[in-house]
Amino acid sequence: MATPGALLDVAPTVDRDPIARLVQRRQWTNFAAGSVMFAAAASSIVVTCSIVGILLFESITFFTQTVSPIDFLTDTMWTPQFANPRYGILPLVTGTLVTTFVALSIALPVGTIVAMYLSEFAPHAVRETIKPLLEMLSAVPTIIYGYFALQFMTPLLQKFVPGLPTFNMLSAGIVMGVMIIPYVSSLSEDAMRSVPMLLREGAYAMGANKVHTGFHVVFPAAFSGIASAYVLGVSRAIGETMIVAVSAGMQANLTFDPRQPAETITAYIVQVSQGDLEHGSPGYQSIFAAGITLFAMTLTFNILGHQLRKRFRQAY
Amino acid sequence: MNLAAADEKPVERRIPAIADPAVNGSMTRSPLAYTNNMVEPTRHEHDAPPTPKVTVESLNFFYGAVQALHNLSFVLAENRVTALIGPSGCGKSTFLRCFNRIHDLYPGTRYEGRITLHPSGTNIIDKSVDPIEMRMRIGMVFQKPNPFPKSIFENVAYGLRLKGITNKNELCDRVEIALKSTAIWEEVKHRLHKSAYEMSGGQQQRLCIARTIAAEPEVLLMDEPCSALDPIATGKIEELIRELRKKYAVLIVTHNMQQASRASDYTAFMYLGKIVEFGPTQQIFTNPTVKDTEDYVTGRFG
Repeated sequence: MATPGALLDVAPTVDRDPIARLVQRRQWTNFAAGSVMFAAAASSIVVTCSIVGILLFESITFFTQTVSPIDFLTDTMWTPQFANPRYGILPLVTGTLVTTFVALSIALPVGTIVAMYLSEFAPHAVRETIKPLLEMLSAVPTIIYGYFALQFMTPLLQKFVPGLPTFNMLSAGIVMGVMIIPYVSSLSEDAMRSVPMLLREGAYAMGANKVHTGFHVVFPAAFSGIASAYVLGVSRAIGETMIVAVSAGMQANLTFDPRQPAETITAYIVQVSQGDLEHGSPGYQSIFAAGITLFAMTLTFNILGHQLRKRFRQAY
Repeated sequence: MNLAAADEKPVERRIPAIADPAVNGSMTRSPLAYTNNMVEPTRHEHDAPPTPKVTVESLNFFYGAVQALHNLSFVLAENRVTALIGPSGCGKSTFLRCFNRIHDLYPGTRYEGRITLHPSGTNIIDKSVDPIEMRMRIGMVFQKPNPFPKSIFENVAYGLRLKGITNKNELCDRVEIALKSTAIWEEVKHRLHKSAYEMSGGQQQRLCIARTIAAEPEVLLMDEPCSALDPIATGKIEELIRELRKKYAVLIVTHNMQQASRASDYTAFMYLGKIVEFGPTQQIFTNPTVKDTEDYVTGRFG
């Protein structure tokens, strides 16, 4: 960054005219404000890099001393508490993927439809009532959602799905989907509402109805923003902890059947952190190995989402 | 008026003719009075005499409590270009947008009076008339090009698909015809499946015209179609408007006097939500009868 002196192309004479002094002061203000903003932006990068650094550092010890990365990625058993521990991440990954999949298959369609309704169909008064109510859904603490899944959703589902165990991924995923709906609908609605009215008028002037305009013109025009909403939804689902910890069970289980109990990566981290863990023990380090896997997953989805947004960005 | 006769005999598309003295019998301040005495613009002498495509009678329009249009009467002639001129805020666009009821999209808007589409005799602004059907019969081109976020092909095919045409060959043929008639076929035929946003502004506007005429409307509304374009693109669009006149009744809003005088057959001068003067373009520009019109077209307004 240039020093403030270099920004000033004014000779250091004593008698400057008022405009030069004004310009100097402005440039100082610019420089100071710019520096503060740079520091704020830099701090978030520093924090992110530190997190990645700590994750990498701790898990490198884990991967060199406890288990090889190949076994970690290919072994089908995750039994760190057993006398003969095995550290295969796959059961935790499937648990995470299945609950995420169930949650997203609720949250993305419902969230999109809600957003479409609020943006294109709802009268003004209805929108102003429903939107804050929906956003309150995301203000409910997730532990409450967890017990909602366990105490309400599971008994309800047991009426339709015979033999459904008390702890299962289906119930956890559905409730997690409900939790994510407002994230998806709120951001998607903002994206749809920012589509210029001119584009809607164009569609209506061709003789399109509301449904056709909404789904064939507004939706693709807003898709870049809607993709951001989806990415946020995916990240929330992968990272969600309390709902799955409470209602999906705490046993690693390599299965793609949502009716079964299973453990997600996040639930494992909660579970293992509850016990007395010796600093530097394999159990302690396994937290970081699980954490870096989680990070890799969310990062992958974020990059995919970024590509999606770039691909569908519209310049209207 | 003898519009009822047109209802019974829709085959007689030339009835009622503007020159028919019976048409303006009941209306004293009807613009038909002007058109009765109209001299056809000389450069179109070979044309058939004008017939009304749309007649507007005592149209009032309200945005909530604000009245934007006051008791308008007007005739849009078949196979002619009619220009609406007037200062900003005089209600030109508001008037144009009554023709396809695009005002219906916004709450609190209200129409009074009658806009009759011939030869069916439908009152466009009647509540019982389906605006979607009217919009399929009356096409509109907007001030700024507004292609849909789709490929060039799908943009032009949009109205056809809305009309339920799914046959691939028919779609291809009609898209090609529409793009050829707006003179951009040669420029885009190799990239029909690329996004419409990759085109220049002038191309986008011609695409929007192609999209509108592909659906074969009966009337073409154009709301300042050249205001966002450079002079070369404007020239191409004006040339196109003169071509479109052969098939449609064209109503065009413009701020550009030269454009109105070059491209239109009839001109209506609007001021403060009223039609001040309406007549053949030549007469409006060379021999206006109202002082306000003369001041406006000679640039001495205000």
